This record gives sequence, structure tokens and C-alpha cells, in this order.
Amino acid sequence: MIAASRLSGGSSRISLEAASPRYGEKAIVWVLAMCGVLSVLTTTAIVISLIGPSLNFFRQIPVLDFLFGTFWSPAIQPASFGVLPIVVGTLNVTLWGLLFAIPIGLGAAVYLSEYARPGVRKTIKPILEVLEGVPTVAFGFFAFAFITPLLQDVWPGFLGSGPNIFNAGAAGLAVGLLIVPTIASISQDAMMAVPGGLREGAFALGASKMRVATRVIFPAALSGIVAAIVLAFSRAIGETMVVLMAAGATPNMTLSPTEPIQTMTAYIAVTATGDIGTGTIEYDTIFAVGLLLFVITLVMNMISIRFVRKYREVYE
Amino acid sequence: MSQVPGTQRARLAAAGAQSATAEVMLGRRSIGDVLRGRLFHALLLLAIALAVIGLGMLILDALVEGQSRLGPELFTEGSAVSPADSGFKPAIYGTVIVIGGVVLMTVPLGVGAALYLEEYANRERWWNRVIELNIQNLAAVPSIVYGILGLAFFVRGPLDLGFVAFAGSLTLTLLVLPTVIIAAREAIRAVPPSIREGALALGATQWQTVRRQVLPASIAGIVTGVILAISRAIGETAPLLLVGAATLVTREPTDPFTDSYTVLPVQIFQYFSRAQEDYRILAAAGIIVMLIVLLLMNSFAIWLRNRYEQRW
Repeated sequence: MIAASRLSGGSSRISLEAASPRYGEKAIVWVLAMCGVLSVLTTTAIVISLIGPSLNFFRQIPVLDFLFGTFWSPAIQPASFGVLPIVVGTLNVTLWGLLFAIPIGLGAAVYLSEYARPGVRKTIKPILEVLEGVPTVAFGFFAFAFITPLLQDVWPGFLGSGPNIFNAGAAGLAVGLLIVPTIASISQDAMMAVPGGLREGAFALGASKMRVATRVIFPAALSGIVAAIVLAFSRAIGETMVVLMAAGATPNMTLSPTEPIQTMTAYIAVTATGDIGTGTIEYDTIFAVGLLLFVITLVMNMISIRFVRKYREVYE
Repeated sequence: MSQVPGTQRARLAAAGAQSATAEVMLGRRSIGDVLRGRLFHALLLLAIALAVIGLGMLILDALVEGQSRLGPELFTEGSAVSPADSGFKPAIYGTVIVIGGVVLMTVPLGVGAALYLEEYANRERWWNRVIELNIQNLAAVPSIVYGILGLAFFVRGPLDLGFVAFAGSLTLTLLVLPTVIIAAREAIRAVPPSIREGALALGATQWQTVRRQVLPASIAGIVTGVILAISRAIGETAPLLLVGAATLVTREPTDPFTDSYTVLPVQIFQYFSRAQEDYRILAAAGIIVMLIVLLLMNSFAIWLRNRYEQRW
């Protein structure tokens, strides 16, 4: 098409230049570009707002004491600022959440993509998408009012004493339930994008449905699946309300599902809503913990983007 | 055909062939294989059933616990001394004001950024790649970090607004912008280039092409993305705890720039945190109200997308 327009422009009397300078068009480009630049400004603002008070904090508490200290008690004297207990608390909830969500989410994705009849898929997929909109306070309530009593009832005695009224396990399961739709819907999209030819080829060679799903579709969709899991991981790390409502507020260095714990997010929320003055070291801990959280999710996300770029299969 | 996908494809084909040959060598499919296949199918069914039942139980549990408090007083009463006289009126006002601000700011900013990235930006330029990567990263930042940003920049710091609804609107706007931009870009990208080329060939300027052709053709996808983002903003609790919604509010806010405020999910959380059982029931009733609103919004958005999804 471009070539055609060049050919017809042979007579030099017709100018293809715009008749007027079109300042409006240029202004519009600038306005739209500013909308895009706003996102960069947001990141800059996040970094600035986190780093300022964090520097204040690290002037008083050495970075290594903060990162590797095993006792977290910023409010009670003598104050101690070892962040590991609330990092382990975050890992605790994330671990139980992912243990629940990865098999269920991937199973649901394989079912929807490879096994379900189109009618079933067209019903269940939108239901999962709609349920993605359930607010996190509802999950927190569910964890406290339903999952914890259930766990306490079915807890087998030989595993030791049952779950506390606030416990990491119930919060973890609720966070898992929260991220199941994310894992299921993104990895299903990745599996559906694998061209039918690969399936048909394997079937023609006599492979069973299960083999096609596990040996052909799964590896072919791997980059999308990993992206889904990393996104779910970030959401689990960043989840606040469920943990705040169901896991308690006790910094606790354990991976046990029965004990109360505190996560980084819950610490930030509790401390920021309490009565603390700006400029105190306790106020600065909010930002130091926030900075750590931000760096962790940023690194995870960059790894995920790299991974997807490197291993993405492009089918036409 | 490029090299890398080619070898990859060959590897996958070989894997399929290998597993197929293993079966063919056995002559017939062995009983063990058939059973394994059945078991796998059953496990997949179990997975999807657990997902749907788990989420269903969540809704059912809220209904069972909260149904005794469902009634008009939820919408006419505020936070009173006794749980029986308490409701969500100030919180609902607060949510409407905060979300109104979010809609007014998110729609132009989100669609503008998406149009810039899809229609104008030259991907060879480093600054455009920075913007793209940056938006991807922002979408994964935990919501509570936006709360910290709001606290440091809007409530205190440069804007110094105090704990008012507008600070909440700004915070939530930044939080949902990346998702709106990503959804709007996908909708805009789905419009085939021939539409643009046709308009440009007829002498339309680029902006005329965008406004009269691209935007109308992608509007269903954009609206779906906006509704999903707004419903996320309505349910968002953690960042608002940091920018002032956690204060006890007894009168409904009217001025977004001066009045202290609270929002529905934060009020639910606060009723939940009180000691008495009756407040927990009230919280469950609040959750039902929120679930009804959010699930209706999301259903509408998904319906809209499936209904108007254009295949070119």
C-alpha cells in the first residue's frame, strides 16, 4: 500500500504535506504522553516516599541488624528491630496459600483447557472471572469465621495441639483460595494458546489424553504458567486484610500453620492505624518494612518478565 | 520460520512421539494406563470442584452469618453505641465519594496512556519501553505500598491534604491505573490496522482516526477493563487504612476535600474487629451488601466483553 502511494505521487505539482501545521494534533500527542509519563512519576514517588524515612531508620538501626535480626518488637521497650520474624510470617502464609492454590489452580486450568466440553468451559470460566472480584475483607472474614473453626474440628490429635483462634494456616488457605482464579485463568489462557496441531500430532501418534496434557501442553505453556504462579506469589506476599483478620498480630518465627503470626503487610497496616507520631523511629519502620516488601515484589516481577521473554513460545 | 521456536517445536513433537511410542510398544493400552488416565481426570475434576465450592462456601458463609441483620437500617444508620442501631450509611457515602473521584481521574488518564502507548509511541525509543516496563511492574506492587505512598505524598508531604476522601481517591487511582491501562491497551490492540489505514487513506488526521474509528471499535473492551478496575477499587481496604479511612466517622462525609471519611470495606473490617459477636454479624451483613454490588458489576463487565467481543 505504501508503495502504491509512492508511485502515484509521481506528479510533483500535488504536495502531500499537511495543509495546515495541525498544532492540535501535536498537543494531543503531548497530553496522551503525559498520561503515560504519570506511571513513571508514580514509581518515582513510591521510591522517594519509601526511601526518605527508611534512610532515617537505617541511620539508627544498622541494615544488617534489620535484615538478619530475629526479634521484632518495635513498640515495646527494649525495642528490637530484627525483621526476620515478620518476613518468615509472610513466607508462612504464602507457603500454605501456594500449596493449596498451585495444584488446584493448575488442575482447574488443565481441565478447562483440555477436558471440559465447550459448554462447560463457557459456564465455568466467567464464574471464576466474576469471583475474582470478591473483596479481600470477605476472604478474611471467611478465614476467621469458617476455615479456622473447620480446621480446629478436623485437626488430628497426633499432630500436636490444634490451631489457635488466630492461625497462619487458615489465613494461608484463604489467601490460596483468593489466588486460585488468577492462576487458573492465566494458565488456562496459556494452554489454550498452544496450537491444536501439537495436540493432534500427539493424539495421532497414539498418546493418551493425560499424556498430551502433561507432556505436550504443559511444557508448551510453561512460560505462561510460571508467569501466573509468580503473579499469584506476589499477590500472596502483598495480601493484607486476610492476614490481619485471621492470622493475629504476633511476630512469630515459625512455619507452623497452627500458630498466630504477623506478616510484613499486617505490621504496616496495624502500625499505621495506631497512635504514633511522625518522626519517631516506630513511624519510620513502616517505610523500612514497606521498602523491603516493594523490593521483594519488584525482583520477583522482573524475574517473571525475563523468564516469560526467554521461554515464550511464539506460534502464529 | 525462526530457529528457536522450530527446535522447541521439534522437542515437543519428539516428547509426544516418545510417549506415544511407549504406549504403542505395549500393544494395547494397559489397564494401569487407563486407570491412571481416569485418576488424572478425576483429580482435575476435584480441583475445579474445590475451587468453585470453596468460593461458593465463602459467599454462603457470609449469607448465613449476616442474614439476620439484612435490612434497610444498614443504609440509614451510622456507627452507633450499640450494634443493633449501627449500619453503614457514612461508609456507603464515603465509598461513593471516593470511587466517584477514582472514576473521574482513572478513565481519562488510563485511556490516554493506553492510546499513547498503542497509537503514538515508537517502541524503538527507550523512554517508551521504560513506560511499558514500568506499568507492568506497577501492576504487581502490593496495594499496601500504595497506601504508604498516599500517606507520604497526599495526606502529608507535598500535597498535605490530611485524612480526607480526596487523598483516598488519589491513592486508589494510582493503584488501579496500571490494570486499566493494560486492559485498555489489549482492547485497542485488537482493532485491526486496516481500520486505521482506511481512515488515514481517506485523509483523516491521526487523532480523527483514533477518536472516530479506534475508540468506538474498542469501547466494549475498555469499559470492561474500567468496570473491573473500579470494582477492585471498591473492595480495596488495606491502602485506605493508611490514608485515613480508619478514623471513626459518625456523620456522612459530603466534602471530599475537608471531611474525614471511611469506606464500606474498612467499616466492615472495623465492625469485625470489635469484641461483641453482634458486630461480627453486622460485618457479615456488610459483606453481603458488598458482594451483591461487586458481583453484579463484574458479571455485567464479563457479559459486556463476551457480548461485544468483535472478531475481525
